[in-house]
Amino acid sequence: MLGRYNREMTIAVVLGALVVYLGLTQETFLNPQTIANVLTNAAYVAVISVGMTLVILAGQLDISVGSMLAVCGLTAGALARAGIPMPLVVLTSLLLGFAMGALNGSLVAYLGIPSIIVTLAMLTILRGIVLWWTKGYWIMPLPPEWKFLGTTVVLGLPLPVWISWGVVLLSALLVSNTLFGRWIYAVGSNAKAAALAGIDVPRVTFWVFALNGFLVGLGTMIHVTRFSQVQTQEGLGLEFLAITAVVVGGTNIFGGSGTVLGTYLGVLLIVVTSSALTFLGIPATWDQAIRGAFILFAVSMDILRMHVQGRRRFVTGLRTPE
Amino acid sequence: MGRQPHRFGLLHWRRMREEAHRVLEILQVSLDLDIPAGHLSAAQQQIVEIARALLQEARVLIMDEPTAPLTQRDVHILFQIVRQLKSRGVGIIYISHRLEEVFEVADRVTVLRDGYRILTADVSSVTREDLIRAMVGRVLDTLFPKEPSGIGPPVLEVRNLTKLPVLRDVSFTVHRGEIVGLGGLVGSGRTTLAQAVFGVSPPDSGDILVDGARVTIRSPAEAARLGLAYIPEDRQQHGLVLPFPVGENLSLAILHRIARWGFVQPDEEEFLAKGLIAQLDIRPPSSRIAASALSGGNQQKVVVGKWLATKPKVLLMDEPTRGIDVGAKAEIHRLMSALAREGMGILLISSELPELLGMCDRILVMHRGRIVGSLVRGEATQERVMALATGIVSV
Repeated sequence: MLGRYNREMTIAVVLGALVVYLGLTQETFLNPQTIANVLTNAAYVAVISVGMTLVILAGQLDISVGSMLAVCGLTAGALARAGIPMPLVVLTSLLLGFAMGALNGSLVAYLGIPSIIVTLAMLTILRGIVLWWTKGYWIMPLPPEWKFLGTTVVLGLPLPVWISWGVVLLSALLVSNTLFGRWIYAVGSNAKAAALAGIDVPRVTFWVFALNGFLVGLGTMIHVTRFSQVQTQEGLGLEFLAITAVVVGGTNIFGGSGTVLGTYLGVLLIVVTSSALTFLGIPATWDQAIRGAFILFAVSMDILRMHVQGRRRFVTGLRTPE
Repeated sequence: MGRQPHRFGLLHWRRMREEAHRVLEILQVSLDLDIPAGHLSAAQQQIVEIARALLQEARVLIMDEPTAPLTQRDVHILFQIVRQLKSRGVGIIYISHRLEEVFEVADRVTVLRDGYRILTADVSSVTREDLIRAMVGRVLDTLFPKEPSGIGPPVLEVRNLTKLPVLRDVSFTVHRGEIVGLGGLVGSGRTTLAQAVFGVSPPDSGDILVDGARVTIRSPAEAARLGLAYIPEDRQQHGLVLPFPVGENLSLAILHRIARWGFVQPDEEEFLAKGLIAQLDIRPPSSRIAASALSGGNQQKVVVGKWLATKPKVLLMDEPTRGIDVGAKAEIHRLMSALAREGMGILLISSELPELLGMCDRILVMHRGRIVGSLVRGEATQERVMALATGIVSV
């Protein structure tokens, strides 16, 4: 069916038009440095938005990713300052993210608390812990090897870009070709029917949260290692950015449909728009409003398409009304 | 509710209380007005509903199975209220499955079947037998009755299953090659029984044996592993993932078996889908079309196919032919015969008496959470099943 990649095509066209317009009007936009910058800025958002895609596909929501990023980033910074070797620091961030995700997942899957409540609580608690612990001070200075992961350039692009592409690729493979991926879609589409077909719905729910936490841990490391300090307000509002990217990328906010590729395109669209504003000299304050407009536009398109399809189906009588 | 007295846009609390007291007085009951409705007993909740209808000065009151959630004593109170209303000139349409209630409260009775009015008469001029005859009608002979097949050893045994307040001490056995019918009225506990066996909502107590071995089933996944399959009553909400293509619905229950290293094998999935689409004659014969686009009958075939793929020993079918066209219905009946011949044990829940009589080797009848009768093929008639189901006789 044509419908499956409809949204991806639409975003790709909008994104392409935006890039072409900027390329033609702004001399410096299409140079390798700008492209590398845009992709690098998109990298950590992409990794975390991919995790969010898994959660939303399964019919859940995680608004604690920003606070989780702050916890992972500040912990990593503190460990690095204490002289722990960087590979171990990275591993700790991944495990810490995984653990926090697993906690979210357990509360949602096994205690049956709605995910918006669990992760709202987590958002607040973790942010509180961060403020209490750092008292608002940034973590700095950091050892010289800190910035290796964030700034090493391979084949013309920084490591974070390659890592984000790897995550997008593997996750796309995961959702579309594996057993677990199929289960995610089934649970997100109709959890009751999935359970009656013998799918362990709580286990699937647990693992999407845990995986999401792991990806937050990874996203944190490719983000904070680009800078010389870790700030306390790190990750503030990140959940909105990620959810925006996922929804603009065509994933149904109620779960069951969407793609990882769509999410990546959604992230690029958001990041390119941000840098377009800079290039065009439009105040950055417009950034948020434009993101909001993207969401409304994307969701309106979905609803309209659903109405059109519904009517067509009814008229041709393919679906027997009972 | 819906007609709160108000003044200047604010609720008029005092008048609300006064009116509430007035109607409760009419009904001759006393209730604490400040208790949330959720904390009242089922009977008290019903009184609140009736009182609300009275406040609207209703002249006709339609009561749909009002006694279903009530205990015997509360039923008595309800009937007093009904008579009270009647004496005040309120007309009452009283819908009930329970014939004894009809004779207790009604003046006139109408029997509907398949959307047609079959009979209207003064209650004093009809007997219970008249009503049952009107309710069951004539046997349809367009069905495909079960072909005789050798009945083997027990494959599913249920002993003293209790799940309060719905199921009480239910025991039965299904043998290999046997189709056992489960008749009874809506609300008699049949679906709850099937779901308790299938691990959807595990029972309070009781034993389940599969192939003679005691098993504990805490989830549908465990039930499926033991060789049980369940075709739910609501195929759109519970049987299918509607946006999924037919092929992905068919493979859903055995996906873990056709995956290697966690990867779904597309060739095996397509092979499985093709086989089932051909076996069940699913139309249109495509594995890629969304399940939501199929007709009701074909959707049901997909649900059945999903479970056939697991090669189950026992098939629990909950109203499998409800709302589907005659052709698809006949095909499902033929399929059931074939499966029984191959040694599968089938439990068929159906509200359609001709279906039960045509398909089943044995019919169990439930009434208020108990199995009140077991009729073997030949001795079962629509009248006997209906009499048991309505609680008139017990065998």
